[in-house]
Order: sequence, then structure tokens, then C-alpha cells
Amino acid sequence: MTAPLLTIKNLTVTFPTPKGPVEVVRGISFSLGRERLGIVGESGSGKSMTGRSILKLIRPPGRVTADEMVFDGIDLMGLRERRMRELRGARISMVMQDPKFSLNPVMTVGEQIGEALQTHRPMPRRQLRARVLEMLEAVRINEPERVADLYPHEVSGGMGQRVMIAMMLIPEPDLLIADEPTSALDVSVQAQVLDIIDELVRRNGMGLILISHDLGLVARYCDRILVMNGGAIVEECAARDLDKARHPYTRGLLAAMPRMDEDREELPVLDRTAWAAT
Amino acid sequence: MNAIELARLDIAYGPARVVHDVSLTVAEGESFALVGESGSGKSTILKAITGLAPEWTGEISVLGNPRAHRPDRGFAKTCQMVFQDPYGSLHPRKTVDDCLAEPLAVHGVGGRDERVKAALAAVGLDRRFRFRYPHQLSGGQRQRVAIARALMLEPRILLLDEPTSALDVSVQAEILNLLKKLRRAEGLTYLLVTHNLPVVSFLCDRLAVMRHGRIVEVAHVEALKTGRLADPYSRELYAASGGTLQPA
Amino acid sequence: MSAVRDWLLDDSPSSRLQASLGRAWRSFSALMRNPLAVAGALIIVVLIVMAVFAPWIAPHSAIGQDLANRLAPPSALHWMGTDELGRDIFSRVVYGSRITLMIVTMVAVISAPIGLLVGAVSGYFGGWTDRVLMGVTDIFLSMPKLILALAFVAALGPGIENAIIAIAITAWPVYARIARAETITFRDSEFIAAVQLQGASSVRVILRHVLPLCASSTIIRVTLDMAGIILTAAGLGFLGLGAQPPLPEWGAMISSGRNFILDQWWVATMPGFAIIAVSLGFCFLGDGLRDVLDPKQRDGR
Repeated sequence: MTAPLLTIKNLTVTFPTPKGPVEVVRGISFSLGRERLGIVGESGSGKSMTGRSILKLIRPPGRVTADEMVFDGIDLMGLRERRMRELRGARISMVMQDPKFSLNPVMTVGEQIGEALQTHRPMPRRQLRARVLEMLEAVRINEPERVADLYPHEVSGGMGQRVMIAMMLIPEPDLLIADEPTSALDVSVQAQVLDIIDELVRRNGMGLILISHDLGLVARYCDRILVMNGGAIVEECAARDLDKARHPYTRGLLAAMPRMDEDREELPVLDRTAWAAT
Repeated sequence: MNAIELARLDIAYGPARVVHDVSLTVAEGESFALVGESGSGKSTILKAITGLAPEWTGEISVLGNPRAHRPDRGFAKTCQMVFQDPYGSLHPRKTVDDCLAEPLAVHGVGGRDERVKAALAAVGLDRRFRFRYPHQLSGGQRQRVAIARALMLEPRILLLDEPTSALDVSVQAEILNLLKKLRRAEGLTYLLVTHNLPVVSFLCDRLAVMRHGRIVEVAHVEALKTGRLADPYSRELYAASGGTLQPA
Repeated sequence: MSAVRDWLLDDSPSSRLQASLGRAWRSFSALMRNPLAVAGALIIVVLIVMAVFAPWIAPHSAIGQDLANRLAPPSALHWMGTDELGRDIFSRVVYGSRITLMIVTMVAVISAPIGLLVGAVSGYFGGWTDRVLMGVTDIFLSMPKLILALAFVAALGPGIENAIIAIAITAWPVYARIARAETITFRDSEFIAAVQLQGASSVRVILRHVLPLCASSTIIRVTLDMAGIILTAAGLGFLGLGAQPPLPEWGAMISSGRNFILDQWWVATMPGFAIIAVSLGFCFLGDGLRDVLDPKQRDGR
């Protein structure tokens, strides 16, 4: 592998509480090439905070510290907010969980996608429109002309999420962070949306960080997996080796999932003391 | 006697009809699942049974008694519901104790102290949770409280509306185990609404697959476990959930 | 002290009392972290202390006249000077706090529950109930407060009791609107559905489950409105329709001082300061309460 796209060393995110500061991410390190990395964990594992701190989206009073956080040769830690804003969207994009809250309700879909590009790369209107339609097509929206003129409340959840993806990918970023991109969607739509992300990431040779609570989903769409628990990475493995995972937490998670051909009388429950000692 | 009987049920939400001509029976002691994607009308059926969705035509009877078009006191003692969102189904300003004692107060049941303690024990919650507020509880703990609340009046039927879909995998396992254990211990009838087929496989005896407000298939859970569902849509759903299809 | 604090902040309280005291303590300490709210609360505490201990605080009688010493400027003997009848203005301001406090409390006690109940019933039932109740509310809301109060006082006759009734009648529609809006946001929520399914009657649902949730926003609003209530009362007093002489009502004091405002500025200004200070106090406290009580700003989940 050549120089990695993103290197993170000893990333820590701290939030103050009345009872003293709490570390929600505890000194994690990883690097990412132009590959698909999955971060899995349950709520409170710090997986979303990790994603947000890469974009420096942690709001005060939260504090982010790291020995090193370098994106394509740029030191993110030392970067001013202004430069950071140029980077966000243009080179690193993020898709959030619920399109309903991420899309502006009073702008049409087309305008929003156009604006996402326009802010980073000004261009004439006609050309912009063409790019928007092209992008909508890329996320497999059948009638891009019509959909571009719809308002967010007029599109379904799955389509909204595809619009979000179009918006995030139109400036052709190098890294896409997808934070639970499909958990608000129906099962059959989930696969569609992830297939689209997958295809575009491969085609553009981007890096992808897929953050999810769903082990199976991450295993299907990623090359490498980080399992997080309590703010730390407990296991790192290739996606295809997930079923050989060693850490008791990962194994516990795998076992706790009901299967389609379930014949167990009782699901094994995570014994949270089992790995706390390790 | 059947626990729940629906015949030619049509349900409207304002001007829109969301459920069309649904007929099904759930035997007493059975665990039955309504499966479908969002907008398939599965939750609406639960609401109609409880009386929360009053605009329906057709017949609904619970344990042989026809249902009224609104919630009522007598019905509360036979049938209760557990909601999907553990963050939204508990009153934010009431302690666990208030929440569990409320149904007893409504029905004038005595010995509240003892019953609340017993209910907490039954759902595996430590006593120290008794006087906490919902915001001091985790999602799984809240869902346990919601289940305890549903069981306070000792109903025979529980309607479960996606009871674990808002929970983490490990917590989901705990809640599913709890539901299974309670059903065995109390001989409860479950009507479960979910989009998660593996959950059905773990918890249910039979399932009905719904699409666009209609039932497309009623099957035994064995058909699900072996991937032999018949209807094309059911099979599509099954494949999307990561199952390996077998010839029907 | 720290033992008490630990007991209050205990994550797993062992009794109902401990749980609710703990919550009250948390709100209180959050309020105390807000400097403006502390300032507001201090002003209100001073007002209450003044009202309760007026006879001990006031150096002179509030109505005792001293015509030889009329319109004396502020001095060591008369801190705020004297008015046209030689009465000590500071003493009158101190005694006046009783009237202000009474007006404010009475108006809140009368109008807030009416507004809450109307709003909650209207929001909870919706449909025709809602339309009728909100129609009435809108009629009251569409009339200017002071004018409506004037009309009532004119009909009932001047006097402090009638002023209170008049202000209360004009104050409740706002609370009804707030309570209704609040009720509608959670009318269809699952925790209300759960109580309905337990067989609770509508009265029980409204009184025990809906009202407690509307209460905090209404309390905030009432506190913020206190300033307006004080000003309306003062306005009525100024117009001679509120408290009648020789009662030391602040508005009436300004009214009688306006004749001398150019030469003896203190007569009208001193009670004016009192009105401003108390209004500000309630505003600050209300803002602080909003930060503490507003569920959207709480630790939430």
C-alpha cells in the first residue's frame, strides 16, 4: 500500500460532565487507504464520535486530541476552521443516518445537490444542472429531471438517502464517511443504497468509512472491520474473517444476533465482565 | 377459543386506506408475527385492535369479545401493548415506580408496592431502578420497564410493536430472551409486528407477510427457517434479510 | 453537607421523595450556574423579603403625612425623598412591594391554571372542542391587554381586586395557547397511548400525564409575563383605575409624581426604578428557568 489516505494516532474525544470528564473515544489509532473500512459497535461505543472527529464536527464542550490525524498529507489537527470547511464536502464527505434531518426542507433536491458542488467549484448554471442530473442518475434515480425539482418531503426515505449520497459525492471527495446510512430504511432499500455507495466508491477509487451497528452489513460491504466498544478498538480484522473473530466482545455480538434458521432456545447474552479484564 | 380474530378488516387513516380486507386468527398461547416493510399497514392493525386507530370496518374480536372502536377499561386487563421506541413510550417526568403503579391505580388494584417490586424482578431489573427517571435508564432498561408496565394488569395477550428494533444487538438478545421466558412462564399470546425476519424465527410460531396493506402469505415459521416461503414478495424480503432461498 | 448532596444526586434513589428532591436539586443547581438567573432570583428574593418584613424595613409610615416636609429631595433621613404630601418615598416603595407581589401572585394563581386547563383539554381532544375553546381564546387574545383590563375595571369599578381580576382575565389566553401547542406535540406519543391502553379516563390522562408536561413551559412563560403584569398593574394604577390612594401602589405613585417630574424628579423616578428592577428580575429568572426546565435543553435521552 502507498501512503495511506488517512492516518489517525491516539485519537481521544472527551466530554465534560458534572461528574468529571468522560472519554467517549479512548486513544484509538488506525489508518485507511483507498479501501472500505467498517467501524462496528453498539450505541455508546464511540463509533460515531470517531467519524465526526475526523471532520472536526465535535462541538464544544467536547474536546478532540490526537497525536496525529493526517489526511492525504494534510495535518487535520493543526488546520484552521476556515481551511477545514474547504476540506469538508470537497475532499471528505459524510452521509448521516436520517435524510429527513439532513436535507433542507425549503430547497428542491436539485438545488441542494447543485449547491453542494457550487460552493466548492463554481460553474455556469447549465453545466451545473447537467452535472446534477448525471449524479442523480448515478444514484439510480429513474427520472432525474423530475426528481431534481421535488422538495425533500416529496421523496421517500430511500430516495432521500440516495439524494444525500448524490449530494455528498458530487464534489468527488476522496473519503466518504457513512454514519449508519441505511438504518432508517427498509431492508430491501438498504441493499440498494449500499450497493450504490459501493459502486461509486469503487468507481472513483475513494476511501470509505462505513459506521454501523450491523455486523452482517459491514461484513458484506467492507474490506476491513474495526470493532469498537467503550471508546476503544477491541478487534481489527478482514471482513471475510469476521466469523473467526477472537475477541469475546465480537464473538458475543455475533452470537447474540438471531439467525434466520434459529433453533436456539435462548440467545447467548454478552457477559460484559468477560472481556473487561483483558 | 381464539385469542385474536380479524375478519375482513379495512382500516383508514383519515382519507387514506392503509389496510385492506385482512382476515386472520391467532390461537390462544400462540406467538404470531406480522411481517412487512414500512407502510405495509402492520402496525396499524395493532392500533386498530387496541382502539387507537378507530376508523375501521370489519370484525375484530379478542378472546371471543368483539372490540369497540376505542380503548376501554375492560380490554386493558386482557390485552396490552409494548411499543417500538423505548425513548418515546415512557413518560419523561415519571419515575419507573409511577409508571408501573399507574395501571394499578387506574384499576384500583391493591398491594401496589409488592406488585411493582415483583414486576421489576420479573423483567430482570434491579430494585435500585425503581425510583429512576427514564432519562437515567438505557434503551434496554427502558424497554424492560415498558414490558413490565404491559404485564402489570396480568393480561393474556401482548401486542408487540417492533419491540427490539431500536435496540443494540446485545440488548435485543436480552429482550428477546425475556419475551420468550415470559411467554413460557405466563402462557401469553403474542402478536408481534416486525420487519426483522430472524426475530420472527426466534420468537414466533407463525407469520403473516404484509404488503401495501394486504396479507400476501401466512406461513408456519418452519417455512421461514428453511427458506421455503411461497409468495414472491415474501421470498424477496427473505433474500434481502440475508437468507438463502430454497424452492418453495 | 456533601452527604446530603450525594443523597440528592444518588443515581438510584430509594424512595419517591428522594427521586423528586433529587430532580429539584439538579434543576436548582443548574439554575444557580446561570449568572443572570441568579441575579433575577436575588431581585425576587429581595422583593419577597421587603414585602414580608415591610414594617421593620421601612423607616417611616407609608401613609403618614408630613406636610412641612413635602417634596424633600433624597437625603440621609429620606433615602428616596418625600412626595407631595411629605410621605417617605422609600417606605412607600417598600410597602408597595406587598401590593406588587400580591397582584403578581394572584394573577398567576388565577390565570395560569385556567390557561393550562383550557389549553390541555383543547389540545388533547382536538376537533370541535378545540375549535370552540380556541375561538374563545383568540377573541380574548385579539384584544389589547390594557384596553381590555380598562374595560373590565370600568365595568367593575376601580380598586385593586378588580384590577387583579381584569389582568387575570387578559392573561390566561396566552397560557392556553402554549399549553395547547405543547399538548399537541405529545398527544399522539406512545407514552400517552400506553396510559390510554391501561384504561385511564381522559380526565386522568389530562390531569396526571398531560398537565405535568405543559407545566414547565407555562411556568417559564408566567415568569416572563410577570414583568408585563406588573407594568399593566402600574398602568392601571397610573390611570387611577388600580389601587386607590393612599395605597402605595408603584404605578399610582408615578402617576401622582408626574406633576412634579421636572422639578422634583425623584417622586416619579423612584417607584419607576422599583418597577424596572422587579420586571427585570422576573425576566432574568424566566430566561434562566427556560434554560433549566425546557425539556429540549435537558440532558434528554
